Amino acid sequence: MSETLERYFVPEPSRFPIFGSIALLLFGAGAALWVNQVKAGPWIFFLGIAILIYMLFGWFGQVVRESQGGKYGTRVDASFRWSMGWFIFSEVMFFAAFFGALFYVRALAVPALSSGENEALLWQGYNGAWPNAGPRALDTAAVEPFTPMGAWGIPAINTLILLTSGATLTWAHYGLLKDKRGQLKLGLLLTILLGAIFLGFQAYEYVHAYGELNLRLDTGIYGSTFFMLTGFHGLHVTVGAIMLTVMLCRAVAGHFNAQHHFGFEAAAWYWHFVDVVWLILFVVVYWL
Amino acid sequence: MAAVIPDPLDHHHHHTPSGLMRWLTTTNHKDIGTMYLIFSFVMFLSGGVMALTIRAELFQPGLQVVQPEFFNQLTTMHGLVMVFGAIMPAFVGFANWQIPLMIGASDMAFARMNNWSFWLLPPAAILLLGSFFVPGGATAAGWTLYAPLSVQMGMGMDFAIFAIHIMGLSSIMGAINIVVTILNMRAPGMTMMKMPLFCWTWLITAYLLIAVMPVLAGAVTMILTDRHFGTSFFNAAGGGDPVMYQHIFWFFGHPEVYIMILPAFGIVSQIIPAFARKPLFGYASMVYATASIAILSFVVWAHHMFTTGMPATGQLFFMYATMLIAVPTGVKVFNWVATMWRGSLSFEPPMLWATGFIFVFTMGGFTGLICAIAPIDIQVQDTYYVVAHFHYVLVAGSLFALFAGAYYWLPKWTGHMPSERLGKLHFWCSLVFFNVTFFPMHFLGLAGMPRRIPDYALQFADFNALASVGAFGFGLSQLIFLAAVVKCVRGGKPAPAKPWDGAEGLEWTVPSPAPYHTFEDAPLVK
Repeated sequence: MSETLERYFVPEPSRFPIFGSIALLLFGAGAALWVNQVKAGPWIFFLGIAILIYMLFGWFGQVVRESQGGKYGTRVDASFRWSMGWFIFSEVMFFAAFFGALFYVRALAVPALSSGENEALLWQGYNGAWPNAGPRALDTAAVEPFTPMGAWGIPAINTLILLTSGATLTWAHYGLLKDKRGQLKLGLLLTILLGAIFLGFQAYEYVHAYGELNLRLDTGIYGSTFFMLTGFHGLHVTVGAIMLTVMLCRAVAGHFNAQHHFGFEAAAWYWHFVDVVWLILFVVVYWL
Repeated sequence: MAAVIPDPLDHHHHHTPSGLMRWLTTTNHKDIGTMYLIFSFVMFLSGGVMALTIRAELFQPGLQVVQPEFFNQLTTMHGLVMVFGAIMPAFVGFANWQIPLMIGASDMAFARMNNWSFWLLPPAAILLLGSFFVPGGATAAGWTLYAPLSVQMGMGMDFAIFAIHIMGLSSIMGAINIVVTILNMRAPGMTMMKMPLFCWTWLITAYLLIAVMPVLAGAVTMILTDRHFGTSFFNAAGGGDPVMYQHIFWFFGHPEVYIMILPAFGIVSQIIPAFARKPLFGYASMVYATASIAILSFVVWAHHMFTTGMPATGQLFFMYATMLIAVPTGVKVFNWVATMWRGSLSFEPPMLWATGFIFVFTMGGFTGLICAIAPIDIQVQDTYYVVAHFHYVLVAGSLFALFAGAYYWLPKWTGHMPSERLGKLHFWCSLVFFNVTFFPMHFLGLAGMPRRIPDYALQFADFNALASVGAFGFGLSQLIFLAAVVKCVRGGKPAPAKPWDGAEGLEWTVPSPAPYHTFEDAPLVK
């Protein structure tokens, strides 16, 4: 650390946090009422979402203006880097809970239900081979059989799409570093388009699962883990694509230079994180 | 270390609004720290009223005060409110006030986000406490929210789930803020191994928070989807497993108990050297011990589940791993005692609380070791022995350290010395009534009284009556604290910049009360 430190930027009092708090209060209360079929629930929920969107626009807009205004020195830049890294780590741990659930049921819960006394006394004839919708699926009159999602159709193509999007994003980053603005914009645009195609394929896959495969969120533990893991991943791809879209708009508006572009890098880190989650998903959810 | 004179022009900050808007929009770590502390005390009183209702019901066998359903809601909400509403925010309040002052930073790294971290808590508290008034009342599944009970609860459970999501968001943002502040905002010369131990313990606590709060979010999300969207995570008929909930929950839950105690270790490690007038014994070993406890906390979770069902090898692993934690904890207790050894001790209120902490917390630590032994734990699981154990570490541990810290830093916060008479009265009343309340619970548990039960067999009556008397005494003693703080805020003997002559650290180089903005130009630490 140098002997003389530049002054650290401390922002003015801000009204955005309190809007965010009101938004999440409405969001939480609305969601809790909605899942219990209270009529006002969705209204409160969407009001919360609307305030949240207003807050995010305002807050991030102010951050962008402060950044363009040169208020963030190297120390603030370092803070952003640390915080984005640890934020992504917290996301990793969120996914870890759901991956952990998948590993637990595949390694422990389903084998235990289909062996020994459980099989002999409770669920006779229950076969614990994965994919599995649980012992209640033995009653084929009540539970229609399902077809598991294969790995080598759309999911494999989606893997290629996301890997390619990682490459186009890095290409865009090189464009930024070499001050080739066209390459930056084109690379970002391609990445966003690939993300959108990925999401389109995911949506098609869900329709296909619900329609032809009879694979639903309530298809036992296989459906639960499949839809929750791919669903949360899809949500993160959506968030990542929105972040990249903001970066594209900023690039078009002339923001960023070769030295000062952490907003872009943060979005890129997030995108690569989402990529890596997909690779693990592809192997343990679709393939094995 | 030169004293920092407040900038009379203060040209950066002329927009500070006044009145309510100041508190709603503030980006000042001292304002936000104050709000955290007030919020946590309000929640402490709310949770305390629930505890006293529980103890009133348990004063005698039979049902006289509340219905069993409501009793279960009270035990659940008492736990949730005290853990997420009182203890955790209180430590974050200390972190907000003290970390920038201790490392010579002008504020927290993300001052606006800091405001949001705090202001997310009142909405979460509204959702949580408001759930008492929805049809079916609040969740009654216990603070651990075990499936399948939590899957079957009424609407209150959904409110609790979303409250936990919001509190988790607040904790993650707060933790990231603290990590970044400590790593990036230290004054020149303030190397990591020169940092006050409170900053070290909070740095490690913040890592724990970032690692486990998202796991809790995942667990309660699975409950939500099991409840309303037909998933089968915790439903054996669908191939899931209710035991899996316990594994995921305690993967969060065990680090969580260290989240509530490590900052307490930090506070005590600041106070004992100050009043022993000696540097802390074994500073480096304290840092390593804190880190060891944090790392071990990730591999001990199933000691909460010995009776749930687990292979014997699993029981052995979790038993020995848990006992291993006694080693770094022992290092800490040894170092505190060694710091006091041949020091010029004086027992002002902060030191009384810190010394009391060592005694009673260590007793809680010992019963923890006893509970770690799987064959014994199978006997005492879900009895009052466990209730006694965790109240010894959470009340006599975390809460006593919070009071110690409050009396220690109140002069810096308010500019007045807190009343020594009230502080001592508060301490002795709390210490005596705490033990009257919780010590008999060991015997109740060993004799077989189950926890979370509104009625009990006759042979438990005497100790329960005693515990209830103690609880009301303890509850009323906390009003002494309220009086001491109000009195200190409103006036009293003016505090010098360094009111405790053995105290060390940058926070004592600024005037008391600390000016609104401190260390805008970083001090040089030699």
